[in-house]
Amino acid sequence: MALAKITQITGTALYVPGSDIDTDRIIPARFMKCVTFDGLGAYLFHDARVDENGAKKGHPLDDPRFAGASILLSNANFGCGSSREHAPQALAKHGIRAVVAESFAEIFFGNSTTLGMPCVSVSHEDVEALARVIEAQPSVPVTIDLVAGTVSAGNLTVRSSIKPAARDALVNGEWDPIAQLLAGAEATRKVAADLPYLTF
Amino acid sequence: MLPARAMGKNLFQKVWERHAVRTLPSGQAQVFIGLHLLHEVTSPQAFGMLRDLRLKVAHPERTFATVDHIVPTDTRLRPFKDSLAEGMIVALEQACTEHGIRYFDVRSGHQGIVHVIGPELGLTQPGMTIACGDSHTSTHGAFGAIAFGIGTTQVRDVLATQTLSLAPLKVRRIEVKGRLRSGVYAKDVILHVIRTLGVNGGTGYAYEYAGDAVSALSMEERMTLCNMSIEGGARVGYVNPDETTFEYLKGREFSPKGAAWDRALEYWRSIASDADATYDDVVRFDASDIAPTVTWGINPGQAISIEENVPRTEDAHSPAEQASIKEALEYMQLEPGKPIQGVPVNVAFIGSCTNGRLSDFREVARHIRGKKVAPGVRALAVPGSMDVARAAEAEGLDQVFRDAGWEWRQPGCSMCLAMNPDRLIGRELCASSSNRNFKGRQGSPTGRTILMSPVMVAAAAVAGRIADAREVFKA
Ligand code: SF4
Repeated sequence: MALAKITQITGTALYVPGSDIDTDRIIPARFMKCVTFDGLGAYLFHDARVDENGAKKGHPLDDPRFAGASILLSNANFGCGSSREHAPQALAKHGIRAVVAESFAEIFFGNSTTLGMPCVSVSHEDVEALARVIEAQPSVPVTIDLVAGTVSAGNLTVRSSIKPAARDALVNGEWDPIAQLLAGAEATRKVAADLPYLTF
Repeated sequence: MLPARAMGKNLFQKVWERHAVRTLPSGQAQVFIGLHLLHEVTSPQAFGMLRDLRLKVAHPERTFATVDHIVPTDTRLRPFKDSLAEGMIVALEQACTEHGIRYFDVRSGHQGIVHVIGPELGLTQPGMTIACGDSHTSTHGAFGAIAFGIGTTQVRDVLATQTLSLAPLKVRRIEVKGRLRSGVYAKDVILHVIRTLGVNGGTGYAYEYAGDAVSALSMEERMTLCNMSIEGGARVGYVNPDETTFEYLKGREFSPKGAAWDRALEYWRSIASDADATYDDVVRFDASDIAPTVTWGINPGQAISIEENVPRTEDAHSPAEQASIKEALEYMQLEPGKPIQGVPVNVAFIGSCTNGRLSDFREVARHIRGKKVAPGVRALAVPGSMDVARAAEAEGLDQVFRDAGWEWRQPGCSMCLAMNPDRLIGRELCASSSNRNFKGRQGSPTGRTILMSPVMVAAAAVAGRIADAREVFKA
């Protein structure tokens, strides 16, 4: 089960401004009644996009200039709230391949990494600078370079950071841990045998 | 040079060491999971992944399932009217049967919110690692377990291997000293902590709650406290196990019995933090500074004491905070600078894994005898589990609620996230004992939520507006 080595992601980007964008905002709970993740992309940011009467509210996701964007730019504490993998899955199914933000909630970050969707952090000023470039030139290719630790858009290149463990997992094609976990079965048995509560 | 005396360890370090299997080639740790809990919303997809990889469940005997998020709380007749909900439950049922997993459905008599039933069945014990595809798994930390929420792909990992790939957390000790004032509850403590440390202040940390105010809390109150750790950004929150913990666990269905009980006590005592344990950070609070606390905004950190006024954008310390205050005020339709008391309420909800336990209903019942819900307010009381409901009904609490104008419902998550038919309509404002006040959380994209303790919810229901329970229920 060889996984892709994710070192660089290039695509157009869109900016969804705001801090503390929670998982309920990313995918409202009422769209989670499904036994597969396949159809989730259509409901990404649903309530931020559509009002009570079904009219579009002018969300960046519906702006034709940013159609087909595969990199999402946002602010602090992105993905806070629940552990639902429906949130990164909805982003991925919608075609988002990486997220750039000031910071991320921990479970969201981990869930995204496990899907091979990098979440990289840049400073508040750099989010704004990137947003200005994208706004002025929506078709500009944006590149996230995990090895160099940079995000670039046009002539602008800014420093980015990501937890080293997550970067290594992505870069080495080890972002889905299942194969490694399965390989540890013998060691797992030993640890379990030493745990008093399994045989109280 | 003399070897330095070994430093004491905290509970997190001790439990982590006992469960660490090995360092993976990726550099992460492989960690054994002692208890895996499943519910219908985040697990069916994981069984699909397992099937695709042709894998079996490694430890079905360490895995337990229930249904909570989407079950209706009015009628429980199957099939449910909502065919999508029915489909999810069927998927979970089939997976449990196929893999030999214990499943607590309505017929078992123990169905309920996963974080309510784990403790009350005695499944949740000190010194365990506990995982569940739900961020409020931190609740189980009340017993001195390391318990945390995981995504669906990780649910797959635990099913297939009973292990996870993890990085250790830092530990912040949160000490609450002194005595809580009367009318101040565990819910107020945690809202106060989150308000102070921020909704992402806990990122990268496990929170160890300690101090005499915490030791004095009952197990159910400790669960309320640990439950909302994740709202402060901390994936894990725990309280060291003590006599209160052991007393609670004694005699529960899955608690150790006889000689095993003594072995258990020995282990449980051994994993509590040492007196000279070290921490990455220590934050101290004075219990007497904490007042009944309510949220005014759209995340649980946007909270104030009931005596305070709704913030104004001018009060912000940074442009980012200013933007978030503005967004919250617009959404909540609250007047900046005005008291939060007096804001009209449409719905009152008591329930959820934060505050849907027997002690919550007892405490409210003590206050609402002879006090009717205000006209025009819809008031819902939803027990966290069938065991909670049975115990409450045996004491006649259901009747106290009904007499006071409340609907007494069947157990489930209900209006905490409104995946079942219980939900806000339009811009309704709900006084809620749950844990999240995010935009749209209670089912209406424009619905508004104000979080508070159950007794404060009851006061809001009686007054028809946000009110100070200490005034409303003054003898
Ligand atoms: S009660 Fe609310 S927070 Fe708790 S498990 Fe259910 S939906 Fe999640």
